This record gives sequence, C-alpha cells and structure tokens, in this order.
Amino acid sequence: MATSTTKAPARRGALLHRLDIKGAPYVFVAPFFVVFAAFSFYPLVYTSWISLHDVELATLDVMEWVAFDNYVDLWGDSRFWNALRNTITIGVISTVPQLMMALGLAHLLNYRMRASLFFRVASLVPYATSVAAAALVFTMIFERDFGMINWALGSVGIDPVDWEADKWPAQVAISTIVIWRWTGYNALLYLAAMQAIPADRYEAASLDGASRWQQFTHVTVPGIRSTIVFTIVLSTIGATQLFGEPLIFGQGPNGVTGGADNQYQTLGLLLYEEGWKNYQMGRSATVAWAMFLLLVLVFVVQRLTKRLRSRTS
Amino acid sequence: MTTQSLPARTDSPDRTPAARAGRPAGRRLLRQRAGRQHHAGPLAYVLLAVMAVLSIFPLYWTMVAASTDNTRVSQTPPPFLPGPNLFSNLARAWDEAAMGKAMVNSLIVAGVIALSTVMFATLAGFAFAKLRFKGRNALLMLVIGTMLVPPQLGVVPLFMMMAELGWSQQLPAVIFPTLVSAVGVFFMRQYLSEALPDELVEAGRVDGAHSLRIFWSIVLPVARPAMAVLFMITFVHAWNDFFWPFVVLDMTNPTVPVALTQLSAGYVRDQSLIMAGALLGTLPLLAMFIVFGRQIVSGIMAGAVKG
Repeated sequence: MATSTTKAPARRGALLHRLDIKGAPYVFVAPFFVVFAAFSFYPLVYTSWISLHDVELATLDVMEWVAFDNYVDLWGDSRFWNALRNTITIGVISTVPQLMMALGLAHLLNYRMRASLFFRVASLVPYATSVAAAALVFTMIFERDFGMINWALGSVGIDPVDWEADKWPAQVAISTIVIWRWTGYNALLYLAAMQAIPADRYEAASLDGASRWQQFTHVTVPGIRSTIVFTIVLSTIGATQLFGEPLIFGQGPNGVTGGADNQYQTLGLLLYEEGWKNYQMGRSATVAWAMFLLLVLVFVVQRLTKRLRSRTS
Repeated sequence: MTTQSLPARTDSPDRTPAARAGRPAGRRLLRQRAGRQHHAGPLAYVLLAVMAVLSIFPLYWTMVAASTDNTRVSQTPPPFLPGPNLFSNLARAWDEAAMGKAMVNSLIVAGVIALSTVMFATLAGFAFAKLRFKGRNALLMLVIGTMLVPPQLGVVPLFMMMAELGWSQQLPAVIFPTLVSAVGVFFMRQYLSEALPDELVEAGRVDGAHSLRIFWSIVLPVARPAMAVLFMITFVHAWNDFFWPFVVLDMTNPTVPVALTQLSAGYVRDQSLIMAGALLGTLPLLAMFIVFGRQIVSGIMAGAVKG
C-alpha cells in the first residue's frame, strides 16, 4: 500500500490519509451490511420470537406469549404434513429434471457452432418471464377442456387429464412451470464452468481412447462439480420457497389452499394462508421456521452423503 | 447499442502487456471463451432448435391467445396463428388490471433497486477486491453466507416492520429490503479483482487521491461493463419478484406481477384478457433481452462458479 510520500505536508493531511486508508473500506462495505442487518437478518431472528406468540394480523402490536403452542399445533396439523410432502415432491420433480436438462443443454451449447448466441439468448428467454406471467400461460396450456396439452394428448388417442384437480398431474404441471423458467439459466451457469475446463484433460482422455460419452461423464461432469453443487443449493432454496407457481395455478390470489384438496399446497402457500387468510401471524412464523429447518436438514443430509461417498471411494 | 463499452468478445491477443493496463483483463472475464470445442453435428442443431422452440413457444402462444377473442381461445384445436384483436385486448388489460400504474410502479421499483444494488455492490466489491482491512475475509464469508438465507423466512416480522413504518401498500416497502444484494457484491468483487490492476490504485494513492476519489475516477470507469450487466440482471429480478410485493402491496398500488394475479382472480375467466395482461407484463423485459441479450448471457456466465 501507499506509504506517506513526504513529511512536509502538514500532519493533519497525514492523519486524514491514515483515517482514509483505515476507515474507507468499512464505509464502502457498510451499506450492504446495514441494509442486510435491518431487513434480512433482524427479521430472520425475530421470526423465531414471533413464533412463540399469538399475533393477529389486525392487531400486530398485541403479542401474547404462548411458548411452544404454535409448534405443537403445527406438528399435529395434517395440513402441515401435507404441505411438507408437497413441497418435497414438487421440489424433486422440478429440480431433478431441470438440472439434468440444463446439463444436456449446456453440453450442446458448448459445441462450436453457428448462431450460438441465438441459442443462448433463446434458452434464457423464459428467465425474463415473471412467475406470474409464466404461471398464467401454463395454467391455460394445461386447461382441462380446451388446453393445448390435452388437445395434443387427445390427438394421439390419450384421454384428457384433469391437470388441476388431480394431485400428481397438478404437481407435474406446476413443476413444468419451474423447469421451463430455470433450465436455461442453469444451463448457462454450467456452460461457463465447462468452458473453464482445461483442454488438455480432454486430450488426455481421448488419447486413452475415451468415447465422447465417456469424456462427458469422466471429464465434463467432474470438471463442473462445484457448479453442480451450487445449482443444487440454489434450486433447493428455491423449491423450499415455492409460492407463485402453485398460487396462480390455483386460480390467482384465491389459490392459497393449493387446490380443492390442498393437493399442491406448498409450505410457502401455507405460510401465507396462516398469516394473511387466517390472520395468525404467530403460526405463520412457525411455518417459516419449519421451512428453515427443512433447508438445514437437506444440507446436513447432503453433507453426510458427500462425506460417506468420499469415504467409500 | 455500440459494442464499445461492453464485455465484448475481442479475441485479440491482449492477454499479456495490455491486459495489465486495465480493461482488457476484465473483458476477458466477461467474455465467453471460445475455441477448442468439438463442432456441432446436425443432431446438436436439431436438439437445440427443439429447446429454442420449447423456450419461446409459450410466449408466442401468449401473443396468439391475446390476439383472439375469448370464444376462439376456448375451442379445440386451440388457435396457433394470431387473430385480429391484439390491440383491443391489450387496451382492455391495460384498463382492467391497472397496468399503467403497475408498469410505472415496476419501473420505479426495479430501477431504484437496480441502481442502488449496482452502486453499493461496486463500492463493496472494490473494497473486498483491492483494499486491505481487518476482518476482510470474515466479512466476505458473511456476504457469501447471506446468499443462503431465503427472504421468505423473515417475511412475518418484515411485514410488521413495514406496518409500523407506515409503508404498507407503499413502494418503499418493496424497495428498501432489496437495496443491496450479496450476489451483486460477490460479482463485482470477482470482476474487479481481475479487471482492476493494483498498480492503478497505487498510482492514485501516490498522486494523493483519497479512497472515494480513487473509486470515482479509477474504479468506476473500469467497472462500467460489469455494472451494466449487474444492472440488467438486477432489474430483471426486481421486475419479476413476486412473493414479497404480493404480500405487502395491494391491488390499489401493485407492481406488474401483482397486478397480473388480479386478472385471473375472477370466476369468469376472460382468457384473452389474461393473456393480454401477461404479454403486457413481459414485453418490457423481452425488449430488453432482444437488445441486450448478449450482455445478459455473458453476465450470468461470468457470475457462475467456475470449475
């Protein structure tokens, strides 16, 4: 770093300079931490405090201490277990195909070709679409009586599917929206990582007689492993919070129940229903905590399996 | 749009001497690295074309449905070609979903959030990349750690906070919690560590410039391409953000995604109208993608975890 150049300029200047060197970095990073502390960290911690109280939406300043009642109620509430199951199943059927397709797409985009920019931009177009718009369009495409999917199925002799009322079709339809919006985005993350793999690894592999498929599984996939882990983490967080897609698929703002039988109500929807339909903010905060625990659990399991796998190999 | 200020794909051999002198190293970071891949065969083109169609078709069909009338949409087979009613449906959606107000709101929200995110991310990114201070690594780890905290978990207290501040149903309730972004800080740090030579910063110090001055006249010019990219990505996210605006805003003062939910809320669903609304809400971002597609693509790729 810069040393003070001469002793001549007044001591005040040197002091200011030292102050600047020492203090400026903190001033520069401060806005981030201040905003984060006020609007993210503090609410996060405060959630746990609220979850130990009864708080009504209409009277937010009246908090009645109920200890762990909300947690006990939630544990005994079949809607909670249903929402937890739905969150997990929709999470799996949206994340797994999404990341696998993204991997394939990235591999294709990694070829040297004409119009590569067009294909990259095209695969990113869904990312520019809001949850709201995408969910509205797909709700129509999956419509029972005149929707395009049922029409296409009908034209090959398959009976129409009631995509909204039946559990698994509804969950598949909702996952389709998620997959559509995020596959291209993940593919670009993979593509970036693939392009950072040194060429000599491929050369070595082909010298060893590896086929293109073997090169893909033995060089490409291991080469972008940290990116894959990164996208798994991101999609898991996204899946835990799933909200807009099932809400709008269930007919707009009235869709917080996640279908007539709650067949696709997620934890995100339940959180909203408890707080803003049933006016129980304390219980809503308890659902938020359940989501947090679910995330922690997923990452612990992920770490454990990773450790186990590295031990066995 | 000129390519001058952009992270262009200059494959010129600017790696060695010039790279140390400033921008080119940063461009290299944002640039898609080409070469040494296999050439695509016909099968790859076919598969990619299928993917492109799947990506674009729902949006094309939104336009088709928005341009027909309601009875035509509900017939089988569904229409595949645009009809004559596009502009009348767009006008209806504009009125019934308060789209004018929603667009202005979204523009304000996304614009302010993108500006402040870029500004604070560049400041913090510069500090993390080039300045030395105690606790730097710990603080950087903290920034990265905050990426793992889903905003939904704090939504109940945040809502109470906004009620207390008197911001319920007001735009500041949407803007303030999102003024900064950890991803943005990390992105700028990565960019500036490569693109900004230490020598430049030191030269500024020797000339007696204080830190803010160095930031203003040395860092900002170097950071500009990355700032543009970060602005666009943040803008897209803020424009599309749904959960929190839906919770804290109501239909009298919505952003675009919140207004769109209103369209589908009725018992009699006017499908052409709904699709017209969806199209309206998507058009501004689509236009941005068509103009700045390359920059957004390279920005997302530059933000990826390599290797």
